[in-house]
This record gives sequence, C-alpha cells and structure tokens, in this order.
Amino acid sequence: MAEESVAVLPPHDCPGTSSAQAGKAAACQGCPNQRLCASAGAAGPDPALEEIQAKMKGVKHKILVLSGKGGVGKSTFSAQLAHGLAADDTKQVALLDIDICGPSIPKMMGLEGEQVHQSGSGWSPVYVEENLGVMSVGFLLSSPDDAVIWRGPKKNGLIKQFLRDVDWGEVDYLIVDTPPGTSDEHLSIMQYLGATHIDGAVIITTPQEVALQDVRKEINFCHKVKLPVIGVVENMSGFICPKCKNESEIFPPTTGGAEMMCKNLNVSFLGKVPLDPQIGKSCDNGQSFLSEVPESPATSSYKNIIQRIQDYCGLHQSQEK
Amino acid sequence: MEETAGEKSNLAGVRHILLVLSGKGGVGKSTISTELALALRHAGKKVGILDVDLCGPSIPRMLKVQDKDVHQCDSGWVPVFVDQDKSISLMSIGFLLEKPDDAVVWRGPKKNALIKQFISDVAWGGLDFLIVDTPPGTSDEHISTVESLRPYQPLGAVLVTTPQAVSVGDVRRELTFCKKTGLRVIGIIENMSGFVCPHCSECTNIFSKGGGEELAKHAGVPFLGCVPLDPQLTQSLEEGRDFIQEFPKSSAFPALANIAQQILDGTSPQSS
Repeated sequence: MAEESVAVLPPHDCPGTSSAQAGKAAACQGCPNQRLCASAGAAGPDPALEEIQAKMKGVKHKILVLSGKGGVGKSTFSAQLAHGLAADDTKQVALLDIDICGPSIPKMMGLEGEQVHQSGSGWSPVYVEENLGVMSVGFLLSSPDDAVIWRGPKKNGLIKQFLRDVDWGEVDYLIVDTPPGTSDEHLSIMQYLGATHIDGAVIITTPQEVALQDVRKEINFCHKVKLPVIGVVENMSGFICPKCKNESEIFPPTTGGAEMMCKNLNVSFLGKVPLDPQIGKSCDNGQSFLSEVPESPATSSYKNIIQRIQDYCGLHQSQEK
Repeated sequence: MEETAGEKSNLAGVRHILLVLSGKGGVGKSTISTELALALRHAGKKVGILDVDLCGPSIPRMLKVQDKDVHQCDSGWVPVFVDQDKSISLMSIGFLLEKPDDAVVWRGPKKNALIKQFISDVAWGGLDFLIVDTPPGTSDEHISTVESLRPYQPLGAVLVTTPQAVSVGDVRRELTFCKKTGLRVIGIIENMSGFVCPHCSECTNIFSKGGGEELAKHAGVPFLGCVPLDPQLTQSLEEGRDFIQEFPKSSAFPALANIAQQILDGTSPQSS
C-alpha cells in the first residue's frame, strides 16, 4: 500500500544500519526499518541491490545532479533538464527527487498535491507529460507542513524503495536530483546504483568562492566513489537590470568562478546561466521556464548546456544488456 | 543519554543559545549567523559560533580564519578566536580538515558523534550568545543538535528563507520540526528580498517578494525583517571582512542591524 504520510519522528540513537546492533538495539523498537536491519547481517548482501539492477536495465542513461552547496539551483536545473530532454517526444524521461527533507521537485513540476498510486508492477511515477514521469517524497506527504524528520538509515530505506519499487518502465534518461552535501543520500544512491552504469554527475554551483569551496568537496566525492563528472554549471552568473541593462555580479566570482575551478580540477565547464527573475517565478508556478520564457538569455544557456549533456551521454552509451 | 547541565559543563558560561535554521539550502543561514555575530559583537557582546554544517562548513572563510587550527586545553577544544579582543570565537569542522577540499563523506551516526563532541567538548568560556549555524534540512544534524542542547534551554531558533514559494515550502517543514522538538521560534527572516540596481536604483524582485513575511503571519511567529540582495555583503563574506563595521551605508545594513537589535531586545533583563 502506498504510504500516505511518512513523517514520523525516528528512534533516537539509531545505531546505524551496518552496526552489529542494527535492528537489535533498544532504540530500534518501532522503527520501520527494524526488521530489515535485524535480518540484514544474517541474510548476507542486500537482495534489493539485485532487484534494483534488474529495474535499471530498462534505463539507458542516468544523470545525477549534485552540488556541495545548497540553494545553487540543483532542483531548478533538474527540472529544466527534464523538460528539455522531454521536448523530444520520442524520448522517455524520468525525474527522481531524493532530497528527502526538502523535496522541491513536485512544486517545480506543477505536481503539488499529487499522490503515488500502486499497481502490481510497483509504484507509479507521477506524469507531467506522457513522456516525463516524476517521483519524490513530496508525493507521500499529506500536508505542506509535514516535515520528514528522519535520520540517515530511514532516508536510505526510502531511496532504496524509490529505485526498487517504482515502475519506471523503459526510460531514455533518469535524472536524479539530490540534496546538498556528501552524506547518506549521496552514498546510498552510489551504493544502490553502483552496479549499474551511471553516465555521470552534473555539478551545479554559483560563482562565489563560498559556493566553490563546497563544490570542490563534491568533485572530490565524485572522484572518491568513481562517479564521472559530466561537467559543472555556473548558475546565477550575473544579473542584467531590466531597466538600464547594466550587469551586476550579485554572487561575485572572486576566485575566478566555476570556469577557473574547472580548469584547476580538470573537469568540463558546461556553461553559465544568468539570473532571471522569471526562472524563480516559473518554478514557483510549476511551469517549464524553457517553454514559458523562450526568449530569455537564460533559456538559450540552459538549452546549450542540455545539448552538451546529451552529447556526452551519446558518446558514452550504456553497456547494460 | 542526555547530559545534565552541570556546573562544570562547557556550556555553563553561555547565557543565550540561538539556532539558525532553514529547511532550504542556500538562503543565507551562514551569512545571517556571521552578520548577527558581528552585530552583537559591535553591541558589546561576547559571541561564539558553532558551525554544525559538517559537509559544507562556510563560516571559517566568512570570518577569514579558514587557515587556523584548533588546539586542546584541559577542558577540551579551544575555539578559534576571530579577533584580537577574543570577542568572537568559532568552532567548525572546517578547522579539522587536513585539506580544505577534503570531502566529509559521513553517514548520520558519525556526524551525530562529532556534533555531540562539538556541543560538549568546546571550551567556550563565558559567552553572551552562542549562535549555532546548521545545514539545510531536518535530519541527523538537526535532531542531534537539538537533543544535545536541550539541557541548556536554548533561547530558540531564527528561521531564514528567501521569498519564493519553493523556499517557503521547505521552511514550513522546518517550522514543524521546531514545533515537534519544542524549539521556540524567535522569528523568520526573509533574505535576498529584492535587489536594488546600483546603476539606476531600479528594484527587481529576483527571487520574488513577501513569501517569508506571509509565512510568519500564517504560522503566527514574529517576522524579523527583509534583507535585500547586496553585492557588497556577498563580496564582504568572500573576503572575510566585517560588513557591519565597514559597510554601514550598504543596502543590507539597516535590516541586519535591526534584526540584531530585536534579538538583543528579546534577551534584555525585563523580557527574559
């Protein structure tokens, strides 16, 4: 049965899913993951990994959207990427939102209030268009005030369910939108998708050093877990006043911005997207910015970047049989 | 197991503990934490900042102490002093990394353990305010921080949002977190609220306007004010400068000073 609400306070002092006490400690009483944790050690490797691998056989390309830094525009970019790829109606696009605490994607895709339905073949994604399906914890919450106050292991459990139980069908592009950081969600998505082929990560940043210092960490994380970096997008890159047309650098690239960082770290620079108040407006209204404001310089920036990502995926075809 | 707030505790000398929260990333929690600390310091207060954002510790750079080390003393870890007068001190995982670009790739339990250490083992000494800067969300860091601080009766939380609905949507959840954990909401700040073009003075609402104020009204919590986008503020943070001292005429200054004053008024003898 699809859960209507998943917002419960987790047990205090969760011992950790890989601990010897997992599922057995006093703190585990009442945790929905308890049975899984208690049987994990005895059962050996997680059977879900094989099930996920089987599910992912129908997915041609997987793209993770990451950043070390919060609020740089990961979800905004993921949403535009999804719309951009789905503009070709011969392509099937899936958008998976694994930001469990701050799920922005339902609102941005105009799907607030939608629910997840279940059939024999699993959880059904919520469709924006026939060829664009979305999954997010946002669809499992019964009210906009519901908070998902979960520790790591419980978040990991839901991510596993998203990958194993959602009936994505045959998909050309699976885009995974992530929360900021390098923690449970990021480790889990790598753990569960590790055996399948991930095309790579698109990393989002804003130009200033305060953002870049976190993004360098994220790039290091990618290297550590052997996740290829498709490239870096510099978002909120300059603002042109609609009245006088002068440019202001609201988030100044004091250390050379993303372009310099990419040069130093030898990763691809995918492009800059300027600040445009219409972007935030479209996201708040759940509309595709690319369709709503086709004449904006930000739209052509997005489209160029999306094309580069498609080219990259085309060059690195999935080896999955 | 909760610690008892004994005489010998490292937090015994801290008068007021204040958390800076948001459900949403990138709205300016660290910025507000830093500017609030600077403003309170200029009002003659001794301030500590505890940065519990373990994956993305921003505060050291914002106060130009990113190259400092943490030393030990008998009572624990000595926080890093930001100024000669030792009126602002800081603890952050940023000081414990071997290289600044090292990623802290930890699952929840390991993060929880360090947060507990940060709360019990930093020898803050006597402070008027301890500001706790947090990462976005409602997860391990937040649960552990609130639980560990509970014996010390924090003053409450300041919630930061940007004006647009996508941000407010996350902050609503953070309000629920505060309710569920019994954390008092001191108020909501609407950050990045409008941009005044330095060339022609035209105001553009880049990230929309009014969402934070509306949320405060809807939730029945105080609204602490709107802080506009201010390139001088961002530049100041990049360079680790004291914005409150050096840019009193800049567009974000009045709002930031006002917020600090409201916090001070809320903690003055007749109101505490």
